[in-house]
Amino acid sequence: MVAEVYPSVDDALDGIPNNISLMIGGFVTAGAPFNLLHAFHRRGTTGVTAITNSVMSGQGLDLMFRDGQVDKLIATFAIRASGSKRTHFEERYLAGEVELELVPQGTFAERIRAAGAGLGGILTPVGLGTPLGEGKPTVEVDGKTFLLERPLGADVAIFRAHRADRLGNVQYRKSGRNFNPLMATAADLVIVEVDEIVEPGELDPELVQTPAVFVDRIVQCAPLEVVWNG
Amino acid sequence: MAESQTRRPVGLTRELMAMRVAQELQDGMVVNLGIGLPTLTSSYLPADKKVLFQAENGVLGYGGIAGESYDRDLINAGGQPITLLPGASFFDSATSFTMIRGGHIDVAVLGGMQVAENGDLANWFVPDRGGGSVGGAMDLAVCARRLIVVMEHVTRDGAPRILKRCTFPLTATRCVDLVVTDLALIEVAEDGLVLREVAPGVTPDEVQALTEPTLRLASDLTEMSL
Repeated sequence: MVAEVYPSVDDALDGIPNNISLMIGGFVTAGAPFNLLHAFHRRGTTGVTAITNSVMSGQGLDLMFRDGQVDKLIATFAIRASGSKRTHFEERYLAGEVELELVPQGTFAERIRAAGAGLGGILTPVGLGTPLGEGKPTVEVDGKTFLLERPLGADVAIFRAHRADRLGNVQYRKSGRNFNPLMATAADLVIVEVDEIVEPGELDPELVQTPAVFVDRIVQCAPLEVVWNG
Repeated sequence: MAESQTRRPVGLTRELMAMRVAQELQDGMVVNLGIGLPTLTSSYLPADKKVLFQAENGVLGYGGIAGESYDRDLINAGGQPITLLPGASFFDSATSFTMIRGGHIDVAVLGGMQVAENGDLANWFVPDRGGGSVGGAMDLAVCARRLIVVMEHVTRDGAPRILKRCTFPLTATRCVDLVVTDLALIEVAEDGLVLREVAPGVTPDEVQALTEPTLRLASDLTEMSL
């Protein structure tokens, strides 16, 4: 199936129920879908398992933690080593109100890729001998030991990109690519917010970074102003 | 407390530590700098050394931290806005960690909390914060061809960070090749730790007194040249 164009980010969430796993693309500000996140916040969706690299303090996903919409976070960066201000996620986690699964970033990327590619998991040496490897199966290959890490998919994925055509072919911008092409493959429903929607044929096929097959809904909107706060 | 402070020798500033780490980077290397003190290293690279800096969020060939021209889509792995050098490239996170896990990164420089004499590293779990963050640190620690850890020699309370065994949860086992602190440069060898350099004005005995495992003195032990 190819993508459908939606008139607004709120419309783009039409029909999405509570109790979903939600992949959120982007790395801090780069390629992060703040318009769609705020639409989820407004919508009041609850029972969310959020799968994302990190949580920016007081913005986007952190507002959903503040308002009790998220039960679990799967992330690579969660508790900050310093700084006086805690995220709402940290407050809830330290109070025992939400769950955290911390994943090494390369494993996070590759588990998502595995889910999107129909693979049964990945073998990595990363995490062996650490708390993040405890209790996981190991596999010997050619005399080397690897952790078996399971695929990580989701019900819904959201991210921001630069341009899309009406079919759903996507181009990213600078380091806004990060996890987004991986997440596009790994969710049942993929929603992308973009700077600009163009007609089919306007994107050079050599330079399409996520082909239309992976994208379900697209919506054009200006990037939401966010403040980098470490 | 007061006593340990008066006994503690005065070592390098953070800037000088970064400068010493920069001396380890050779022309043509691909290098990943961790968040915080390691990031400073890029500022002290001599102009004649061309190093490709990799940021695990998907950039190869960045320059420095950007000033006024802030671009939300052009950042390093610490989220800071960066500049690009000619020849830079962007890629997704799977490609980025293919570079890292696949052994294509010559040197990674990471911060540390504890290093053990067998090269174990602990740098992600902060007990008094109730948790931690790994980001790309575990992938880099396990898979970079050479791992340099840069950290203060002792904790704020004066306790050694270089230990017989790490007491904090590990980032990776037997991964550290070189430790640069405010007091010393120490190599992790097969048979233990070798003190190769001391900071100006610091004696080997002072370094040993603040280090839990026994340090072997390198035959060419010298004062750091900065």
